[in-house]
Amino acid sequence: MPQLNPRQNNIAIYPLMFILVIMSAGPIVLMLMTSLRLNVDITSPTASFFFTPTIRNYETTLCGVLWYKPEHVDYCNPMFGRALVNSLIVAITSTVLTLVIGCMAAYSLVRFKFFGRDVVSMTTLMMRMVPPAVLLVPVFGIWTFQFGISGTTGGIILIYTAMNLPFVIWILQSFIVQVPIQLEEAARMDGAGPFRVFFLVVLPLIKPGLAAAAIFTFRIAWNEFLLANALSDRNSRTVPVTIVNSLSDLGIDWGVLMATGMLLAIPPILFTFFAARQIITGMTAGAVKG
Amino acid sequence: MFLAPAAAILGIALLYPIGYMIYASFLDWNPSQRIGEADWVGMRNYLKLLHDEAFWESTWVTIRFASIVVTLEMILGVGLAMLLDRNLRGMSILRTIFILPMMIAPIVVGLMWRYMYHPQVGIFNRTLKSLGFDPIPFLSESNWAFASVIISDVWQWTPFIFILSLAALQSLPKSAIEASRIDGASGWQQVLHIKLPLMLPVLIVTVLLRLIDAFKVLEVILVMTNGGPGLSTEVLALHISRTASEFRELGEAAAMSNVLLFLLMLLTICMFGYTKLQEKRSLHLRQAAKEEV
Repeated sequence: MPQLNPRQNNIAIYPLMFILVIMSAGPIVLMLMTSLRLNVDITSPTASFFFTPTIRNYETTLCGVLWYKPEHVDYCNPMFGRALVNSLIVAITSTVLTLVIGCMAAYSLVRFKFFGRDVVSMTTLMMRMVPPAVLLVPVFGIWTFQFGISGTTGGIILIYTAMNLPFVIWILQSFIVQVPIQLEEAARMDGAGPFRVFFLVVLPLIKPGLAAAAIFTFRIAWNEFLLANALSDRNSRTVPVTIVNSLSDLGIDWGVLMATGMLLAIPPILFTFFAARQIITGMTAGAVKG
Repeated sequence: MFLAPAAAILGIALLYPIGYMIYASFLDWNPSQRIGEADWVGMRNYLKLLHDEAFWESTWVTIRFASIVVTLEMILGVGLAMLLDRNLRGMSILRTIFILPMMIAPIVVGLMWRYMYHPQVGIFNRTLKSLGFDPIPFLSESNWAFASVIISDVWQWTPFIFILSLAALQSLPKSAIEASRIDGASGWQQVLHIKLPLMLPVLIVTVLLRLIDAFKVLEVILVMTNGGPGLSTEVLALHISRTASEFRELGEAAAMSNVLLFLLMLLTICMFGYTKLQEKRSLHLRQAAKEEV
């Protein structure tokens, strides 16, 4: 550990980093490779590292929404395609809703000082603590019998929005606090109404916070299984639900399943590569500032 | 006025369900009934839990799982952060790849590991076989299944601790480390006496956060083993969801949810109390410093 000769250190460090990268990316790459194989290749005992990639599994998965009919698909199960559309609707709508409502709430919390920051971080923590499994029973009961919205995407969107709101409010608040009030006053002096102040002055300044909040909300809404499973019916299933439903003890179609999994994993992977910094900001802010 | 939508949604979709659940835990309720038709049974659900071996078993599994996982992840994560805390090329790429496992869906993580552990097509057993060893029953023997679940969780969450402790390390005061080096402290001494104590506040918060999350793990295990074989990997969250959906005992599931919520509440209060204490102490120190000046 003594850092007297940094160059010497690095020689030992780089292989370690390489191993770490292999370890954390390996399973994902393996999944990608499996999804590009035919089932014959996957199950044959002499599977080799080299194979001819095929997109057949993806075609089988997406046959419901493709514009052409893949020839190798005998019976097209439209479930995956529909689930993908549902997942997109649910994730995008709840992200937008959460951000808009969260932004308004955070802004008014900071500017009009209803509660202190302590109250907000306390509720955030409390909400972070509540596991989806705990919400399962009451949400199922209420959504089904009182609101009558179980089985619709609207019901799923509502619970996701509620689950994500505290975190979003909390993280946006920490960004809005840093916007100097003088800027807003100057804008007001120049004759801007409260809405213009908010949209033209505050919003551009908290863009990094918005990005972090959006990614976290989207990720949770996109990945969540348990509540979606309880609240959806045949037509409003999301992708995680269909994946779990197609797992059975005998005869798992690994190729197609891996292709579906890959489709589910692609948006978060893209986010990670384009916005790694915002994600790390959101993560460390969530923990370190407590 | 701006607050109204947020307050409404939180009230309707979070606080109301939680209150509802506390009420439901006193009912004998199955999913085809409206809640008004369910019978009031008082404390019966809780009393039943006391004698329910499956419940105790899964509580025990949860606690064991959470403590083993968090310990392993802390050791690995903090250790790696110590090793890699220097100016390295490629560090940002490493960090990016490191957060991948946390970003992709738990369902997909479970799927990947189930595939890799598969007795015939999985990569582990295939490698073992080609090296001439016997295959390992990763998911079909209780002890192995428990270990396998732990391995996948460590894979998924060690990066979280790594990133947090790296951030903590890099925000340590450089002067203290410099000073210790000038005084001739060795690398290990620096780690033990300077870096770790200074990082302690962040580390404790990290441990508590991870503990809370480890109590909530459900999807990865659901996909990998569905709690089996037997009850060997059935964590509490999974037990709740199975009680509700397979055995259709909503009242009992609600009672269990309350117990889980209570456990987590304890952890959260610990964490909150700790941060408060920390703030007070640093305020105190600052004032003391001021008075000296």
